[in-house]
Amino acid sequence: MNFKMIRYTIGFILIFEALFMCIPALTALIYSERAIWSWLICITLCLITGKLLALKKPQNTTLYAKEGYLIVALSWIVLSLFGAFPFIISGAIPSFIDALFETVSGFTTTGSSILSDVESLPRSMLMWRSFSHWVGGMGVLVFIIAFLPLSGGNNMHLMKAESTGPSVNKIVPRVKKTALILYTIYFSFTIVEFILLLFGGLDAFEAINIAFATAGTGGFAIHNNSLGDYSSYLQIVITVFMLLFSINFGSYFLLFTGKIKESFNCEVRCFLLIFITAVSCISINIYNMYGNLGEAIRNSAFTVSSIISTTGFSTVDFDKWPEFSQTIVVLVMFTGSCAGSTAGGIKISRILILIKGISKELLSMIHPNQIKKITIDKKTIEHETVRSVNVYIVCYLLIFTASIIIVSFEDYDLITNFTAVASNLNNVGPGLAKVGPTCNFGFLSVPTKLVLIFDMLAGRLELYPMLILFNRHTWKK
Amino acid sequence: MNIIIVGCGKVGQTLAEQLNENDNNITVIDTNANLVHAIAHRYDIMGVVGNGAIHSIQHEAGIEKADLLIAVTNSDELNMLCCLIAKKAGNCQTIARIRNPEYSSEAPFLKEELGLAMVINPEFAAANEISRIINFSSAIKIETFSKGRVELLKFRLPEGSPLVNISVKEIISKLHCNVLVCTIERDDEAYIANGDFVFKEKDIISIIASHKNATAFFRKIKHKVTPVKDIIIVGGGEISHYLCALLEKTGQSIKIIEKNEKRCDEIASTWPDVTVIHGDGVEKELLLEQGIADTDAFLSLTNLDEENILLSLFAQSVGCKKTITKINRIDFDGVVQKLDLNSTIYPKHITSDIIVSYVRATKNTIGSNVETLYSVIKGKVEAAEFIIKENSPVAGKAILDLNLKKHVLIAAILRDRKMLIPRGGDIIQPGDSVVIVSKLLGMQDISDILV
Repeated sequence: MNFKMIRYTIGFILIFEALFMCIPALTALIYSERAIWSWLICITLCLITGKLLALKKPQNTTLYAKEGYLIVALSWIVLSLFGAFPFIISGAIPSFIDALFETVSGFTTTGSSILSDVESLPRSMLMWRSFSHWVGGMGVLVFIIAFLPLSGGNNMHLMKAESTGPSVNKIVPRVKKTALILYTIYFSFTIVEFILLLFGGLDAFEAINIAFATAGTGGFAIHNNSLGDYSSYLQIVITVFMLLFSINFGSYFLLFTGKIKESFNCEVRCFLLIFITAVSCISINIYNMYGNLGEAIRNSAFTVSSIISTTGFSTVDFDKWPEFSQTIVVLVMFTGSCAGSTAGGIKISRILILIKGISKELLSMIHPNQIKKITIDKKTIEHETVRSVNVYIVCYLLIFTASIIIVSFEDYDLITNFTAVASNLNNVGPGLAKVGPTCNFGFLSVPTKLVLIFDMLAGRLELYPMLILFNRHTWKK
Repeated sequence: MNIIIVGCGKVGQTLAEQLNENDNNITVIDTNANLVHAIAHRYDIMGVVGNGAIHSIQHEAGIEKADLLIAVTNSDELNMLCCLIAKKAGNCQTIARIRNPEYSSEAPFLKEELGLAMVINPEFAAANEISRIINFSSAIKIETFSKGRVELLKFRLPEGSPLVNISVKEIISKLHCNVLVCTIERDDEAYIANGDFVFKEKDIISIIASHKNATAFFRKIKHKVTPVKDIIIVGGGEISHYLCALLEKTGQSIKIIEKNEKRCDEIASTWPDVTVIHGDGVEKELLLEQGIADTDAFLSLTNLDEENILLSLFAQSVGCKKTITKINRIDFDGVVQKLDLNSTIYPKHITSDIIVSYVRATKNTIGSNVETLYSVIKGKVEAAEFIIKENSPVAGKAILDLNLKKHVLIAAILRDRKMLIPRGGDIIQPGDSVVIVSKLLGMQDISDILV
């Protein structure tokens, strides 16, 4: 294990975090908030620690897959720890665990909050919450790869460990350029959304915040009732962009380079199919509540889009919807969206591989000697990938079960426990019952919050980087 | 430049490594998924798994935007097919490795009909290099520039050589030789020669000179320039076959020891003048019986590197002056170099060097182009030949006035088919060929040598 290189990279992460903090600091300056001092303190703190860690460049700069995983896990933890300081120092969120929960929820694009009164927060703090969504959505290390000359093919290990989906592929030969293209697409979509939100009558500050939170599929809003007061134009814009950000960014690259057929691959088609089915089922189910088909469709489309993209914005309290609709909402929490997007969840491509795996297994019972390969888009999925997806699901279920057992000590009802874990492990945000869209996570005890913090990180980094921290071989030379 | 490499064998990997410069986008294609993933990771390039001769696979690798496709799989037919399809599918140049002597003899026809930019035959290239070394047995490595008018020679300084303890600038005054010392290798370090450098025993020195001057130089420093008359080769593979063809007219006597009887028959019928011995080349007694101790040159060209190294070391120990060892495995060349071997030949390096220099030369740059390129010391020093154009930044300037980077040496100027050893006052003129020896790897333009 190349610990020197890990230290060096984490140093860089902190320097970049200082850079990220300049944005809320600027906000504090514009609105002449007192919080400016806590920002300056935190920026200096990050800069000094980062500089100290990155002072000496290691001679051996090779990174293998194991270092990639460890760097990603450690840097996300470090990023969240330092990111929590502004909340504590400014006194916006005095408790350390609460501040950490809020920051992790921000970076992992979960959007579950411990705050009951968001509106009382200084604007710079709101900006930090939303901006952490934006950075966390595409990935901090991907950002660094795109803009920093960390040379060599080793970067692919970092990108692999941080990006989502069962198999991460480059879209152009060079990692750096791939990262740059992804961020360009990400950035331009965010800008387009920002402009469309401005047209809807939002002020610039609010539009930026919502755009950041949608882009990272995060879900931190700046009003207490999330997006409940927004006009239907704004809701439709946000619905569309939540969907756009949950489609594989590689598909957009293919689309823009004229490969239209390849861009609508099996995963994208399945994703849209699931979305449309869920929306129609819920619309019919809740039609009686609204008495107006248009409104029923708009509300169900917004909610499904918000949950399937694992954003977690809410316009209506879906906790009051019929059981059938609630069940569908919880189910799409698990499916999540496409691999290679900013969304969380299990990912459609994994589910596709799993389902095709089942049919392959059944077939092998009928024809024991038949050789069958799992194919998606007419491409054979290597056994290695299939195995990794299977293990992923097992890990996922184990973490899920263990989390629920620990959370259940709280003595709340099963729906609360189940959906709290489900929504955090899938980076969604709101759950049902006591953690429903109109509630928050502030009332939970410290151990529960710690479990949920772990779940959020594990969900965002797709389990393995977090699990590797607990393997004793990791820490051996 | 967008480059597609089909085949991830050793040559494919070396090419991927050496061509992986800032402005090249490389995609490799191979049927072996593990290999593709490993290489794509190691060198930050794109990998596509599949048969490179299939259009959809080439399409996936981006053939439409590719500038060059290099087919180096182990099948000649596949390589040709890859190039043919690439030519039709995209508008790119193609390079194919073709090693079968039957195809190879028709290389010009194939090149023309298949629209290939280049046909590379590693065995033939290796045989060519071997024949050059045999003809100039004092050197351990010879590269040529400007169609052979200039030679870059490498040799090891023997004990008691008159050059020992002499500095580079004293060569002209003491020996009156028109040669230029380019690089010195000492204890794993490579140095670009400057005037004050003092030679020591066992240094490996490279010089640049015309053939005539080089011969004179070796005579002056009392390096024996005995012409090679007898050659013993162990291993009757393709390289031996081409070598026979190259040395056919020189009147040298060649003896080939080969294990496989059928192969012996083939060689004997193709080359009646060659003595073919059917026997195992690793038998000590057989080698001694065949006169390994007295032969002028001993070549170990079997398929096993370990065997080749052992055979050459044995030949040297019994008193053979000139040995040439073929080595396939290029990963351990650092270790091999530490052995006291005379000359080593890496067919895979030769192949990739030729292709890399071709790629560099096709890149259109302002002012000038790389004509030929050799790596003088692997991974440390390169020699490149540029043709100077009218608008080149160095044209019309005296060498003294050029603001050169560190570790750069203007080693030769070729004007009107004559070679000049550059002196400070010489003015580089448009139309000249200039040979640059430098530690800057990946030179692409003559302006790269300026600060």
